[in-house]
Amino acid sequence: MLSLLLDQYNYAVVIILMMTGLYVVFASRNLIKKLVGLSIFQTSVFLLYITIGKVSGGQPPIVESHGSDHANSETLLFASIGEVDSVAQSSSEVLYSNPLPHVLILTAIVVGVATLAIGLSLVVRVREVYGTIEEDKIEEYDRIYYKEILERQ
Amino acid sequence: MMLASYATAPTIILDLALMAILIIVAFSIVRMRSLFAIVMLQGVYSLVSAAWFVSLDAVDVAFTEAAVGAGVSTVLMLAAMLLANRKSDPVPISKQIAPLLVVIFAGLAMFYAIGDMPAYGDVNSPANTGVGMDYIDRTTKEIHIPNVVTAVLASYRGYDTFGEAVVIFSAGLGVLLLLGLNGNAGRWTASPSGQNIYPPMAPSANSRLSVSSDNSKSVTSSAVKEPSSSTTRKSKRKRFKDKGNN
Repeated sequence: MLSLLLDQYNYAVVIILMMTGLYVVFASRNLIKKLVGLSIFQTSVFLLYITIGKVSGGQPPIVESHGSDHANSETLLFASIGEVDSVAQSSSEVLYSNPLPHVLILTAIVVGVATLAIGLSLVVRVREVYGTIEEDKIEEYDRIYYKEILERQ
Repeated sequence: MMLASYATAPTIILDLALMAILIIVAFSIVRMRSLFAIVMLQGVYSLVSAAWFVSLDAVDVAFTEAAVGAGVSTVLMLAAMLLANRKSDPVPISKQIAPLLVVIFAGLAMFYAIGDMPAYGDVNSPANTGVGMDYIDRTTKEIHIPNVVTAVLASYRGYDTFGEAVVIFSAGLGVLLLLGLNGNAGRWTASPSGQNIYPPMAPSANSRLSVSSDNSKSVTSSAVKEPSSSTTRKSKRKRFKDKGNN
């Protein structure tokens, strides 16, 4: 439990945020509020991935190059020693945070906006047809409509 | 591990403040009912999380989140909100209990799983020792650009990014088709079998014409519907018979 507070508190915060977004998706009956909850949930998942890729004392994964000689990775790695209080095996190495989660989340952000746009245009269509974006009213109108269809047959 | 926590000591206060703001914003979104405030707070949430991304060394993610998450999606939501009501109806307590229980159980299960996760900022965690760090070494030799994230995005995982572009294209196509590619946006109502879904109990297209010609708007909808519903009933029976013959 103590290690959770000291070492893994980021996961606790992310889980709280995630569950808040999930609650908004589940509990709210307004379609736009549901989509807001979905995007909160999404952003929390992004935070989860990025915190996993964080390295203490690390730098953003942009390799500092000096001069035009960028083919030699040795010079690059030893370029800026003084700026980082390093915790690596050798104290002369620049630490970078893990770039792979960043790449994955970059893709996920853009795809998230694409799905959000689709969801919002669905909401606009629902509003055109039903005149409301409250789920309760939509279900009520559906019930009335199908009841009448059944009565006619 | 002691060294690691010492190294993050100055930024840990900033991190904690950002986390606190995120939680406060998320909780206030749960409580709020004004859609405008909700959408704006969603933008605030994205922006604060972008600030935390900077603190987490994910600068590329941070500016994408600030531009796309806080910018574009807020604009999209505002545009969609303008076409709808400004306030959400209150949700009765009885309908909040089941979601709350589900969320609490899911959250507890995830809290239970935290113990298996690597420590925050651990250099030697499995996630931070594998292929991710390999990209840093290889990028300088193979791609010759300083930004590793760009190198991975555009070169090593170029097909992934191509797929992303396909997703965006199909999403744009979907939005155009949903909102009316034929310039018919905003004038579309669902009336399957001549009956409008909204407003409920509305007379069908034929009977609405008769109402307007009679100028008798006080007539109840059921009375108006009588002739048209009988005709549709007949036609439907006819159709059923045809099907039966086939």
